[in-house]
Parts: sequence; structure tokens; C-alpha cells
Amino acid sequence: MTVTETPMGFGRMHRKEDARFVRGQGNYVDDVNLPGMLHGSFLRSPYAHAKIVSIDTSAAEALPGVKAVITGAVLETLKLAWMPTLSYDTQAVLATDKVRFQNQEVAFVVAESHYIARDALELIEVEYEPLPVVADAKQALAPGAPVIRDDKEGKTDNHIFDWSAGDKEKTDRIFAESEVVVAEDILYPRVHPSPLETCGAVADFDKVSGKLTIYSTTQAPHAHRTVYALVAGLPEHKIRVISPDIGGGFGGKVGIYPGYVLAIVGSIVTGKPVKWMEDRNEHLTATAFARDYHMRGEIAATKDGRIRALRVDVLADHGAFNGTAQPTKFPAGFFHIFTGSYDLEAASCNVTGVYTNKAPGGVAYACSFRITEASYLVERMIDVLAFELKMDPAELRLKNLLKPEQFPYTTPTGWEYDSGDYPKALRLAMDMVGYEKLRVEQAEKLQRGEYMGIGISFFTEGVGAGPRKHMDILGLGMADGAELRVHPTGKAVLRLSVQTQGQGHETTFAQIVAEELGISPDDIDVVHGDTDNTPFGLGTYGSRSTPVSGAATAIVARKVRDRARIVASAMLEVSPDDLEWEKGKFFVKGDPDQAKTIQEIAMAAHSSLELPEGVEGHLDATTVYNPPNLTYPFGAYICVVDVDPATGQVKVRRFIAVDDCGVRINPMIVEGQVHGGLADGIGMALMQLMAFDEDGNHLGASLMDYLLPTSLECPSWELGETVTPSPHHPIGAKGVGESATVGSPAAVVNAVLDALKPLGVRHADMPLTPSNVWRAAQGRPIRTDLAIS
Amino acid sequence: MSVDVDGSRYVDDVEPRTLLVHHLRERLGKIGTVVGCDTSNCGSCTVLMGSADGEQRSVKSCSVLAVQADGTAVTTIEGLAGPDGSLHAVQQAFHELHALQCGFCTPGMILSAVDLLRDNPAPTEAEIREGLSGNLCRCTGYQNIVRAVQSAATALQASAEVVLPKEATV
Repeated sequence: MTVTETPMGFGRMHRKEDARFVRGQGNYVDDVNLPGMLHGSFLRSPYAHAKIVSIDTSAAEALPGVKAVITGAVLETLKLAWMPTLSYDTQAVLATDKVRFQNQEVAFVVAESHYIARDALELIEVEYEPLPVVADAKQALAPGAPVIRDDKEGKTDNHIFDWSAGDKEKTDRIFAESEVVVAEDILYPRVHPSPLETCGAVADFDKVSGKLTIYSTTQAPHAHRTVYALVAGLPEHKIRVISPDIGGGFGGKVGIYPGYVLAIVGSIVTGKPVKWMEDRNEHLTATAFARDYHMRGEIAATKDGRIRALRVDVLADHGAFNGTAQPTKFPAGFFHIFTGSYDLEAASCNVTGVYTNKAPGGVAYACSFRITEASYLVERMIDVLAFELKMDPAELRLKNLLKPEQFPYTTPTGWEYDSGDYPKALRLAMDMVGYEKLRVEQAEKLQRGEYMGIGISFFTEGVGAGPRKHMDILGLGMADGAELRVHPTGKAVLRLSVQTQGQGHETTFAQIVAEELGISPDDIDVVHGDTDNTPFGLGTYGSRSTPVSGAATAIVARKVRDRARIVASAMLEVSPDDLEWEKGKFFVKGDPDQAKTIQEIAMAAHSSLELPEGVEGHLDATTVYNPPNLTYPFGAYICVVDVDPATGQVKVRRFIAVDDCGVRINPMIVEGQVHGGLADGIGMALMQLMAFDEDGNHLGASLMDYLLPTSLECPSWELGETVTPSPHHPIGAKGVGESATVGSPAAVVNAVLDALKPLGVRHADMPLTPSNVWRAAQGRPIRTDLAIS
Repeated sequence: MSVDVDGSRYVDDVEPRTLLVHHLRERLGKIGTVVGCDTSNCGSCTVLMGSADGEQRSVKSCSVLAVQADGTAVTTIEGLAGPDGSLHAVQQAFHELHALQCGFCTPGMILSAVDLLRDNPAPTEAEIREGLSGNLCRCTGYQNIVRAVQSAATALQASAEVVLPKEATV
């Protein structure tokens, strides 16, 4: 990999962010220290479901150094005991009537140090009356199941919503007449994004000015500001949300957590800044989980492997409060993209959401609003069909993939894919891995009693939410602003509404401006994360930064260029139409010596130069970008594993990832994004699980058991690329950040099951830990009851 | 207690239960050292601390009491660059090979790598992966970190060859 230092636009460029991070000079939330700052910490519930009989805080309040102990009863007086969620449900900020999941927030202590705050927690006495628990989503709708949300008037069951998509009648008809129909129960287990930095906040309420400043780990600072305004009744101009450096987000830092609210309340109550920083156990047990989709997939095909239809029923476990983060009209996110990369006649799905005694969440961990689940479902079902038809899974995919000439392509559930060349990407991946030779090797190994597997996953993502007409979060349309100011000396500042958590925006967005204006990216400062100083927008998740704000950046730079053209025409005393643009300068057509650089133009735009009527001077612009459609990146992944059925040990030997995200702004950064997502895939497929026992105890609530892959479990990734630009995007770029997390788990699982195929194993659920693989190899089911009735 | 951190001596009264990581961050302002977990798994808090053999070794500072560092010398990420601001070879390689994204694991990862390269100046890929397995990263998938450590090893060996007098190698 050669890196061109500071390319004048797109290309490999070292990151501007690194200078501070490699020196320990980043500024994360826990690094924020304000004069007089106090520290808050939560008392949490030991029970998954219990009535709160009484809370005695007197001993805690008497501890020297304790400044306040806040309970649900205190919040009730402020009308803050409950808060709205991103799904128009409510969530308890501090439990008042009862607790609904283990480790739920019960009381908040504010003290002079976090050591004292923790001491005080030990002194709070809570009397609980345990209630029956719903730990298993499949029992949530059973008659007589305990009602978790009896706070909601008239609520007599645990049903949240039913949502369906596609043409059910047509799908059913095709299933009735198809030669081959195969069904499989597929669980995408509950996992957690677990960024290395947990969630936290420092709230500082200034009683004199009435202004609230809150530093917090948020991926969507502007949306947070609006929600605080709606909930707390403070006007938005009196709320400043600052999202400083974020130590990874992965979707876990989109929503508002009780800790943010309590830091604010604590600051208002004590008159001092209050810091809240959770620990890993709290993070894993009480912030947004991911997945937990119990899916029954059905696939209909002809005997020779022509896939005709897909039908899916989903039972979605949403925990005790419906806090999933997705556009309002999409309670199951974009799950209905589950037809994947294939040319089908029809498809339909139904998703039923239920409450259980678990933490809220669902949409997180690079899921692109449930596309992880959708992609995993279809890629598993393709392999299940290949198993039944005794066909090679690569051949089955090549037979059914959409063809390049079919784009833009409208899927049976209504998505309009923008562009794609799928067979090319899959063939490239197969060439890179040496597919035919591997199959020969696999057969030879099996003769020797060695089990090796090759797993393929071909995915189509849908990222860049989204068109304002269809997509909003809490009524806020998903368009994003950008503001660009070129200073007199030709250096620039770009202000954005999106919020990097490591994806390199400070570098790549400067590169977009550089590409459009010919100003060096080193001379462009990218500002984000401060709601007082950036334009409104919805933040970074769903891989939406490049599709939405990347487009806004290109457009705002083009607006500046249009102004620069007028200024240059005044400087050169020619008509604007007589000027031609070459990156970094305008010149007179046919006379390239008569030219003005963007730097000269910037100075002239601020000078006494006479400009045409109506042209204000200066060199700046703002824009709001409302995307016409999502972007649809895609990829072909192949994983090669060695499996020891006697121990269940899986070794990932190779992983080939061909990604196509259209135009690549900075290939080095794209590759880093893909590497990280592939590690997620290894983690989810082989290691990670948030399990609960029947009492609702959260098992694996620390890094002792919730296993994140280390350098040892990850192979050396082998990446490939094709380039199919998005036709509707100003620079042809698609999002990519979540692609690898979406696409890779199925490749790993398909590889393990490919290895176990000779033992007759058709499906086994993640995580494929040694014990689970061993059980599957023994012909024992990993889960005994997955039927969705 | 008295501890030398990044070349400066700090003398403080410290509660016995205070963890070294909190002493560094909250009392001494060394906020480059961060906390990622509560069970000693992640290695984000890794610093180099003087040990019995007189060498500074990597430790997870969340699992050391501050008072245990009494009388030792500690190097945090903030003390690794040269006095003129020039980056240590490992820092430089992390930048050049894109071995960091959010930057949260980076301080601990770099210090672990420095310790690894002192024990094993020319590690294989497998040895690097083994040597860094106490440091979790959520962003990079490790590949570029491994390559950065390889690159730093090469750079450090090259510079060592330049500075060592000829006799020393005979």
C-alpha cells in the first residue's frame, strides 16, 4: 500500500486525526474536567422483574462527600422519571413502580469523587418484591405471561407491533406451486456493539445564563439537543451538545441513556458540573444491544436451483422498553431488504416485536437498521437450499444473482437498488481464494478425515438514510446540512452535522472539498460534534455519512466554486461563461495563461474588487442535502475454516472480502473500515452472545465471558474491490462502514457448516463456539425449541 | 508516594485503594491513558512501569494500585515521543500504516508494542499477534496494527544498526 501524502482530492492519505491520538492527546468525554465537577453513579437492579417496595437513601446521603441521591420519586416531581425513546415508546429513566430488566437504573448518587459515589451506592437499601420473568421471547405472548409494561394504560400483553412487507398473496401462491420449498429456523442472537469506550457525559448547567452544556458520547449531537429540548423544556439555543472524540460508537451511542439525563439533572440539582461514566458491565447490560431476531425463513425454488420466492416470519425481542433506533415508518428497520442480491419473483415478511425482561436496544452494531439480520437470513437460506439441492453454493448464487443490466432494480419489497455488478464481484472473490482448487483440497482432506469449510456470503447493503419524504427519526427528516467557508488566504473550514467515531471524517471530508476546489486537505479544517458551531443534521450511523453528508459536502463546495467563478470573471474581466475550471483554478477558455487560483479568488472575494449586482462577496456557502435514495454497496465474501469436530474448534484460515462502495474517497480508510467489520463477523459468528437464564440474569455481562476477538482470532484479511458508482450521488460514492459487519457473519457460519456438511448438519445457530460446534457435529441441536408459531 | 511519570517526579498522598490508572488520569492529568473495561481484559490502560529487573514493563494500570508504583518510573503514551515532539518509531508506524481509527486502544496498544519489541526486536506475525493479545481493538481488525509493529521493528533495527558502534556488534 503506497500512501500519497496529501493528495489534492481522493486517494490514500494519512489521517489528520492520528497526530493527537498516537500522542494520547485525544479528548474523550472522560477526559473532560471542569472546575468543581462532581461524579455520578447508578444503583442498579439485581432483579430482572420486581416491584419496588421502598428505597432508603438516608445512609448514602449522610456519607461525607455525597452531594445528592436522586431516585425515581425525585424525578417524578420533575416529570422526568420516564423519557421518550426513538421508537415513540417510553423508557424509565429511574425505576419508580418496578424494575423491568437486570441492572436497570434505580438511583443515582452524585458525589465529590467516583470512589465516594460507589461507596454511597452500597449504603442504599431497596426492598424488592420479585415478579415472574419473561426471559424467552417465545414465551412473551403466551397466555398468562406476566405483563411487563403495566405502566402503559390498558396494556394487557407483551406485544409491541406487527409489521409486514412484500406481496404476501403472490408469495404464498409461488410457494404453493414451487417444486422445492425449504424452511429453517434461524436465530440471530443478542449481541452487543461494545465500543472500547463506554458511554458517558459531563453536564454543566449554568444557572445564570440558563444554558446547559453537555459533553457526551453521542453519534447524533443535533438530534440529542432537540430531544433534550422537547423533554426538558429548555429552548434549543440554550442547549449545547458537544460530542468530543468518541472511542468507537458502532451504533451503541445513537440513543439517549438515563445516564445522560441524570448527569443533567444532577448538574441542575447541585449547581455543579456532573460527570457520569459507566463501566463495562453497565455498558454491556444496560445500553443498546443488537439483533435478537428469531427468524423462520422459507425459500421456494425449482429443482435446478432457480430461486423463486422468500418468506420470513420474525419474532423480534426488544427488551423491556422499545428503544430501537430507526426511521419512524420502519419498526423493523430495513429488514425487508432480505431478498438480498437475488432476482426473485416475490417475497414477503412479517415481524412481530415483543417485550421481554431485558435491556432495550436492537438496532446497533453496524446493522444498517436490521440489514445484518436480513443479509444473514438470505445468505443462510441460500446455503440451506444448496444443501437440499446438493448444489455448490457458489454456483447457486451465480445462477440467481441480479445482473448488471437490471439496475436500477426494484425489489419485490420495494427497494430501488441504484447500481451493481454482482457476478463480477463474486467471480473476483472466487479467483482470489482459488475456489476450484479449494474444493479439490476440501475433498482430499475429507478423505483423510479432516474437515475444512468454504463459506460464501454475497450481500447488498442499503445505506444513507434517507429521503426525507420517507425517513425521519422522531419527526426529524434525515437530511443533513453542510457549511463551507473559504478564508481570505484560501484555507477553509467545513462544518458538518455528522459525527465521526473513528471513521476518519476529519480526513476524508477535507478530501472531498479538496477534490472539488483544489485546496489542499491539510488546509481544510473539518468541524463536527458541537451543536453551537455546526449545521443541523442527524449524525453518523447506518453508514450514512458519505451518502448524505458526503453529498452535502460536494454540493456546498460546488456552490462555493460557482461563486468563485463569478469572482474570477470580475478579476479577469471576462464573462463567467468564458471561464473553464481545472482543479484549483479558473482560466480563460483558449488562454490558459489567463488564470486565477482558488487562493487568489478567495482573497479577491474579500477585497474591494467590484462584483456584479447581487453578488455578496466572500467565499462561503451552506446547503442541506436530502438524498433521493439510499446507496446500495455490495460485496462478495469468502471464508475458509478448518474445523475439528472432535473438539469443536474452528480456525479461520483465510478471509477474502471484495467490496464495492462505488467511488472510494480514501481507499486506505475504506480498507480499515472493512478490516474492523470483518473482525466483528468473526466475533459474532464464533464468540459473542448475550445470554440470559430463566430468571432473567444476564450471563456474560463482562469481557470475561462476552468475548471480543483479539489479534489471535483474526486472520490476515485479503481484500479486493470493484467500482460501481452510485448514479444518483454527486461523487458516485456509496457508504461502506457497516458492509463488512453485515456481510461477514454469514460467510463464517456458512464456512463452518460447509465443513460439517458431511456430518449431515444443515444449520446451527451462532455463536459457533467449540461446545456448540461439537454439539452440532454430534447431531444434537444447539437450541431445542426455535419454532415460531 | 513518589512516582516518576514521563520524566517528572510526582509526590502525593494517595488512598491505598486508588488504582494507578485513576491516579495517572485524575491526579496527574495523564489523560492519554484510558479505561476500557472493569475486568482487566482490554489493555487500554497499559503503561510501562519499572519492575524488579530495572526495566520498565507493560502493565495494565487498572490492575495496579497507585501505591504499588511508589518509587518506580512510569511511562505513559504522553511520554513516548521525543522532547522535540518527534514520534517514537511505533507511533510513527501506527500513523503511516493506518493502525488506529477511534484512537481509544491506541495508547495501550502502542505501549504494549514497545514492550514487545524490546523483548523481541524482530517478531514474526504470529509473535506480534500473541504479544498484543492482551490489548483489544474494536475498530481495526488488528491487521494494520500487526503491520505497523512489523514496520516499527524494521525501523528500530535500522536505527540501532546506525547508532551502535562497530565494536559492539563483533
